[in-house]
Amino acid sequence: MKITSPSFSDNAHAALGDANLQKALLNVEKGFIGKRLKAAAALPEFEALRDEGRDLKNHVLAHLDLYLEAFERKVVASGGQVHWAETPADARAIIADICRRLGAKTVTKGKSMISEEIELNEHLEAIGMRPVETDLGEYIIQLRGEHPSHIIAPAVHLTKEQVAADFRRVHTHLDPARDLGEAVTMLGEARTVLREQFLVADVGITGANFLVAETGSTVIVTNEGNGDLTQTLPRAHIVLATPEKVVPTLEDVDTLMRLLARSATGQEMSVYTTFSTGPRRTGDPDGPEEFHVVLLDNGRSAMLGTEFEEMLRCIRCGACINHCPVYHAIGGHAYGWVYPGPMGSVLTPTLVGVDKAGHLPNASTFCGRCEAICPMRIPLPRMMRAWRTREFDRALNPATQRAGLAVWAFFAKRPRLYRWVNRIAATVLTRFAGKRGRIARLPLAGGWTSVRDMPAPQGGTFQDQWKARRRAAAATDSETRR
Amino acid sequence: MTARDAILAKIRRSLKVGGADDGDRRAAVAERLRVHAPGLVPARGHLPARARVDLFVTMAEAVSSTVTRVASADAVPAAIADYLRSHNLPQAIRRGADPRLAALPFADQPQLTVEVGASRGGDPVGLSHALAGVAESGTVVLTSGADNPTTLNFLPEHHLVVVRASEVVADYETVWTQVRGTWGEGQMPRNVNLITGPSRSGDIEQTILLGAHGPRSLHLIVVDDLEPTDS
Ligand code: SF4
Repeated sequence: MKITSPSFSDNAHAALGDANLQKALLNVEKGFIGKRLKAAAALPEFEALRDEGRDLKNHVLAHLDLYLEAFERKVVASGGQVHWAETPADARAIIADICRRLGAKTVTKGKSMISEEIELNEHLEAIGMRPVETDLGEYIIQLRGEHPSHIIAPAVHLTKEQVAADFRRVHTHLDPARDLGEAVTMLGEARTVLREQFLVADVGITGANFLVAETGSTVIVTNEGNGDLTQTLPRAHIVLATPEKVVPTLEDVDTLMRLLARSATGQEMSVYTTFSTGPRRTGDPDGPEEFHVVLLDNGRSAMLGTEFEEMLRCIRCGACINHCPVYHAIGGHAYGWVYPGPMGSVLTPTLVGVDKAGHLPNASTFCGRCEAICPMRIPLPRMMRAWRTREFDRALNPATQRAGLAVWAFFAKRPRLYRWVNRIAATVLTRFAGKRGRIARLPLAGGWTSVRDMPAPQGGTFQDQWKARRRAAAATDSETRR
Repeated sequence: MTARDAILAKIRRSLKVGGADDGDRRAAVAERLRVHAPGLVPARGHLPARARVDLFVTMAEAVSSTVTRVASADAVPAAIADYLRSHNLPQAIRRGADPRLAALPFADQPQLTVEVGASRGGDPVGLSHALAGVAESGTVVLTSGADNPTTLNFLPEHHLVVVRASEVVADYETVWTQVRGTWGEGQMPRNVNLITGPSRSGDIEQTILLGAHGPRSLHLIVVDDLEPTDS
């Protein structure tokens, strides 16, 4: 997918002015936050499970090479194949070869963010195949020629009126006068249209939430059942996954499974958790004849041993996105690549370069909600700060920002001067603000004051107030002791 | 160098491993895979047998599954016929070759047509037998093969699943012990499906609607085969 992260500011501006988007984004808070809270509260062990999940993934990452080898052995033993791909181009070539060998025309797809990462649909089309997204949200996005705006709710940026218009535009074989006022009618329509595709597909491609080293199984977690039809009906099932998805045992999947649905959608369990191991067995009346796992690295291995290693614990639940005030304001597309929100702000610079995606870690209020709710306890704000530092070290941020920081640093290193200048500034600003106590325009800070007023400082500088309070506290303290 | 070796080498380089410590790392991994120790298991499902089945039913209904409880396996065909009638469905189902399903007295319901084998998409109603039910979340566990073909879990609009009360377990961990007992250590059938309610989607304006690509309804028939002495 074309990277538009470099124009993040413009993207965000456009998003803020998009009425449909702003209406649709209200569904994020409504649809996710309360439900997650309720589900987490209903399981007394939830917080302890988060610790377990973190420790489990840390163990896996420290032994990643060995678990991958074990996983591969079991896939092969159960009749499947593992294909290793260093780059998106490698992964695409492997998948294209399998599809070509089978003479595939229709390729159904379950939801996979990795597939977005490698622009698989575009490449399948280029070699004359028809990729069909089967997750309802992904299907809608494909009809519109767009990309997902959320990792678990790809079409969350759309209103149902927009979806109805797309269905009318594309499903031309149906009565143009039909009523599409309700979402349930559209769901039924998509079910019928896609059912035909499931039945004619030659190859089915899914992602994986987990890979199990103990058994060579791949695991998908879904609600619609589209992933299961995708992988059960065609002749070949291709799983596209990245190395860090591997876990040791079935019991380890249990731990992560208990965290995933609760954090993602606030469900106790997603509807379908499916373990797939090898192709159909002798005597099986259904299931694919071939089973392939494509393991794509695309920069993950380079994250190990760095300050971004912990990001590899991510189970893609989307909770950090659902709880992010920046995401609530601008949606996912503004982030300009596959992964939005806090997890995207950490991951995107790693995978496409901080020169292109440096804006993303800056688009944070550092409110800390993402870290507070991340089931894998990933320190997202710390990592965004690490990106800011790297960006500064490599002089990638704008000159004005660097100059501003240099001025601040000059004073910060000279505490007396800092206090003195601060006091003067506070007095001047208070005068400037007048009776209203608000400043409508400030020289050198037009970007801030053009859209909001700056409140005038009240009651002296922070340091003065701090000192005064300490003095007062010390006084009461000695009094009580007396 | 193959892509495989290149990726593994990069991982080892990043982790700064692959030297003298390798023996210990390998031993740790082999041990973890061999022991497959359960992690923290929630207490919720750990109840006496009857209470466990009650929890299973409560949790299943909470995710929009419907449940009928029958006193014995002999009552299953009548329960199926009732379900079909009350949903205005034709008296026809498709099931797998599972001997436990084959042994049901379908002859008691002569109007009911029972076909056997995988579905190709034309069947309104599928019937499966669960390997287990999980009380913790109201989940049913189905395993692929001629006994219970996977297509029956996903293609029909109505999926009926027979669950024995004696096979309702507390947690997923117990299921894995059972799977290892049947298929062997480290072995799995092509599919193990954990199914928790009928298919749904929230992709249009985050409103959850039942009946996406899988069954619109999941109906569990729980056979009470617990001993009278079971508490
Ligand atoms: S970073 Fe944490 S909260 Fe965000 S998607 Fe990953 S696991 Fe979920």
